[in-house]
This record gives sequence, C-alpha cells and structure tokens, in this order.
Amino acid sequence: MAACSVEQLLAKAEAEEAEKLNSITVKKELDLEFDIGNLLAFDKNRVEVAVFRQQKKDEFLLALARDNTQLLINEIWKQPTERVEEAIVAKLPDPVTPLPREKPPPKAKPPTKWEQFAKLKGIQKKKKTNLVWDETAKEWRRRWGYKRVNDGTKEWLIEVPETADPNEDQFAKRVKAKKERVAKNEFNRLKNIARAQKGKAPGLGLTPKAQQSKDELARAVSVAKSSTASVGRFQDRLPKEKPPKNTGKKRKFEPLIGNFSNEKQKQLELLQVMDSKKPKMDITKAVNKQMREEDREEAAAKYKKGAGKRGRKGNMPGKGKGKGGKGKGGKGRAGGGGGKGRAGGGGGGGKKRSKPGKK
Amino acid sequence: GTSQKQIIYRSKRFLESRAPKLTENVKTAMIMKGGNTSQTVTQALKDIYSLKKPNAVLYKKKNITRPFEDSTSLEFFSKKSDCSLFLFGSHNKKRPNNLIFGRLFDFHVLDMIELGIEKYVSLSEIKTSKCPEGTKPMLVFAGEAFDVDNDLKRLKSLLLDFFRGPTVPAVRLAGLEHILHFTALDGKIYMRSYRCLLKKSGCRTPRIELEEIGPSFDFVMRRTHLASDDLYKLAHRQPKALKPKKKKNISHDAFGTKFGRVHMQKQDLSKLQTRKMKGLRKRKGGVDSTEDEAAAAPKQVKVES
Repeated sequence: MAACSVEQLLAKAEAEEAEKLNSITVKKELDLEFDIGNLLAFDKNRVEVAVFRQQKKDEFLLALARDNTQLLINEIWKQPTERVEEAIVAKLPDPVTPLPREKPPPKAKPPTKWEQFAKLKGIQKKKKTNLVWDETAKEWRRRWGYKRVNDGTKEWLIEVPETADPNEDQFAKRVKAKKERVAKNEFNRLKNIARAQKGKAPGLGLTPKAQQSKDELARAVSVAKSSTASVGRFQDRLPKEKPPKNTGKKRKFEPLIGNFSNEKQKQLELLQVMDSKKPKMDITKAVNKQMREEDREEAAAKYKKGAGKRGRKGNMPGKGKGKGGKGKGGKGRAGGGGGKGRAGGGGGGGKKRSKPGKK
Repeated sequence: GTSQKQIIYRSKRFLESRAPKLTENVKTAMIMKGGNTSQTVTQALKDIYSLKKPNAVLYKKKNITRPFEDSTSLEFFSKKSDCSLFLFGSHNKKRPNNLIFGRLFDFHVLDMIELGIEKYVSLSEIKTSKCPEGTKPMLVFAGEAFDVDNDLKRLKSLLLDFFRGPTVPAVRLAGLEHILHFTALDGKIYMRSYRCLLKKSGCRTPRIELEEIGPSFDFVMRRTHLASDDLYKLAHRQPKALKPKKKKNISHDAFGTKFGRVHMQKQDLSKLQTRKMKGLRKRKGGVDSTEDEAAAAPKQVKVES
C-alpha cells in the first residue's frame, strides 16, 4: 500500500513539473542555433510556403517570433547569474559569430632604443608602488610629483663639493642640469617617434613588385652594382649583361681648350642666327608640334562634352579641375609653340603649297 | 578656461579613439538620403535611426550619389564621421522605396545590399509604448534560406552587424525587452520588431508574450555588391593578441579538482636526509654487540618527505 502511494506521489510530481514546463516549452523539428554573446538565435526550420500564404501574415510571424524568443530566453536563463546593485544580471559568453572588423588590426610599433636594450639584457619591468615612506616627514609620500619624497628643488642647503669651484652657484647648476635632462628626454622621445614612422620602403623604390618592367629591373641592377665602396668600378659584368645606357652623364660639355677651328665655326654660326630676321626653325619639329596641338584640342573638346554631362549628375570637382588646369597649361605652351610653328609652318608650308605657276 | 595641455590631451584621446585598436569600438551607422526620396523612405530612415540610437548619425541633406556606381563620397563621409555602417535611402521610378544597407572596412566599401520596401508600418502608426533608447536587442533569424542562399547569408551577417549594438559581458535579465525578428520566406524578407513581456511561469524561466511595437518592413532583395572572398577574409583577420592564451599543464578531474604536473630531477637516494638516531651513530672502535642491539631496537625509520 505504501509503495502504491509513493508511486502515485511520484507520478503526481512529474505531472506537475510537466505542467509547469508546458508554458515555456516549444516544440521544434530542428533545434535553433544560438549565439548568446550576441543575443542571437537562428531558426532553420522549414515553413511550408503554401501554409504561410494562406494565413494572415502578421499573426503567423508573431506566433513564430514568440516561439523563437521563448527558446532564446530559455537559453539565456541557463547562463550563470549574479546580483549587481539590486538587479539580477546574467553573464554572457563571448560572441561566436565571426564578423568583419571596422579597421585592420594595429601594426606593432617598432621597439624603442631602450626597449631593444632591455630585451637584449633581459631587464624586466619592475612594478613600483605609488607611495614611498618618507622618514623625515614620517608619512607616505608620492614617488614623483607634488610633495614628493626627495624633492631636490626644495633644498635650502647644498654642500659645495670639494672638487667644485667655490664661486659656482650650486642651485643654478641643479636647475640647469634638470633642464638638460628634460631636453635630452624630449629629444630621445622625438627620435623614437621618427624611427617608428620611418620604417617604410627603401629609397628609389627598389622593393620588388609583382610585375617589374625591363628598365625597372635594369635600374635596380645598376643601383645595386654601384652600391659598393668603390662605386661599382671594380664590379665585373655578367657574361650576357649589356652595358648600362642612360646612366652616364646627362650633359656633354666640350673641353675648354680643344678644337679651335670647331669653336670658331660654332661662334660664327651663332652670330649668323642672331643676325638673321627670320626665326630659326626646324620644320619637322614644327609640324609635329602642330599635329600634337590639334590632337590635344580634339581630346579637350571630347572631354568637355563628357564632363558637361557628368557635371550635372555627380560631383567630381577634383578630377574636372585638375584635368582642366593641366589641359590649359599644356594648351598654353603648345599654343605658343604651335602658334609660332603654325605661322612658320603656314609660311613655309604656304610657300611650298603655292601654285607652280606663280613660282 | 581649458589650458593648452588639456586641449592637447583631448585631441590626443580623440585621435586614439579613432585609431585602429585590438578591441574595436561599437560600429556606428550613418543614415543618409539620396537625390530623390519618398515619404516612406524618409520615415523609414528616421525609424531605423531611432532603433540604432545613439550609435548612429542621421544626415538631413540629400546626397546626389549612386552608391552602386560610385562609392567615393560614401567613403569620404565614413572617414569624416568615423562610421563603418551606412544606410542609404532613395526613391525613383525604377527602384521605388529603396534602402541600401552597407558596411565598410578600412574606409572602403565591403558589402552593400539593396532592399526594396514593399510594405511598411512606421513606429508612429503602431500605438504602443516603446522600448527605451539604447536597449540591446535580441535578434532572431528564421528561415533556412538564410543558410542556403549566399546573398541571404551575407545579408544575415550584415543585419547582425548593423543592429546588434555594443558587445557586453553581462546583461540585466529584466532589461531584455526588445526583439528584432527577421524571416526569409517566399522570396521576401520580413522584419518585425516586438517588445518582450516576461510573464510568470511555474519555474524560474519566464513565459514570453510579444507585443509589436514597430517598425515593420516587408523587404525584397534587389542588387548586391558583396566583397570578394579574400577581402572578406582580410576583414575578419583578428590580431594574435586577442586569441585566448592556452594555459598548459592544467587538467581537471571528474570532481573539478585542478591538477598540474611538477617535474623534478632524479633524487640521489643515498644522500636522502633522514632522521638521525644518535644511538645508531658509528662509534670510533665500537663493540659489535652493542651496535647490533642498538640496531635491532628501533622499529621503523620515518622517512621525512
């Protein structure tokens, strides 16, 4: 009889428990995926589209949301809780979902001179207490700062050391020494900052790139070759290596006293050119300039058409101004040269083009 | 007034807060309008701004740009306001009631997804009391499409990034009021916002009742501009310092007792320090019988450990 009542009690207790849990249990085919750190739940269960279309959408969505929220809340309530100032707070784990960062992770700063030295010698940073016991004042004083322990500035008596000049002002000496230390510290701090910022590409862009052109490689080779103590004079060339071109002198000057007849010839030619009324003109150069100027005008006209359209839609002031400015400058130069060329070309060309009869 | 040094420190703190860090700040969003907007779009932008407050800025002026064609002005704004999320609303005949959600990495556009509003009920239209500003919302995504379709996967990540708010170590249980529910069904994405009422159930965990507070959106996905795989991977790279350091030589048994191993050198047992028995000491030229008796007497020599 006793056994029977115990069983009944147990069954009753189970039924009660189940009833209690009834209000918070939700039946789902697939369990939800939780990321409690982000207060996130993901329900992958299928919903029959036909069923969804039949019902009233908002009510269906409300019911679905209620079920999912209930499951999420159940998960959150499983987290460890503590009491913080009259509120019960649940501790959240770290977020699990990987999300992209805002900015790239910070680059490690290069160690300063002292840090390098400390690492080399194995010196560890010792944590110092903020307050130090001061015997003379019989209280705890700061290690540095206002009312510190060994305040050198408050001394009213400084003994003159035996080796020092008796007329020297020891107080001024202390002040000067402090100023020098401060200046040296500041100088070293700035040097550290400069060193940290400078650690970038080597000069002349000799860092290897993905695709290096032939002349870039040739330049790199020539620079490497001349970076010896004797500036590359005794560096042998590889069997198939060609001698470098354009790396020699950029201008050629005639020797001061050399070919006298040559010099005389040159001076006379110069005088002739200065004398003549006609401008000295190279026909090929003039014609090339004229053609270039015409091409540039065509391109500018095309761009203006395109820029006019885009000007209304988007704001590209930088691009437009920059190109316009450069174009104008280029045109001005070419205009001047082209004008001369045109006049000369026109004159020369005109002469050429004149009817054979007249000539 | 403020001294020169205070101004210097303030500007230094400001610059430091914007510099790249190990653990980053909360992502802020910039909400802006395009060349032409409708009443729906402006109201929608205002509502989402109130959801995202205080980690958002709402620009009042119209910006004549097209994010999908030219993202330079967006990147410029992001640099100036230090925002890495954006929401661009516009309206034209081809794409009515258009919202572009996007995020940036290193002030360059990472992902952009264009959603069209098919149905919209604003905050003001639903007359219920709202949640206080700045509550961290609970987020639920429903629908297997969020796991199957690539574009929807990215959209899920983007919406999570947009709405999740600051990462906190603990949350007040009574303050879990706001829930945003996204459902991907039937080619559309339904966004609903509810207020969570914790009712008494028989046990510790409360029973949930939901009350819609709005805003409510029915979205349809239009164009997308997703980041390439390597840029996406690059954006996820975490600095090494953040990875938790694994403590070696710690193990736990079934009862939770912490165990560790101590490695010792081999002991020379002949030099072991034991208790000295005066009687056993060797005597100079001693008698064997007395030694034997003395040796037989003690029972055990206790080895001190």
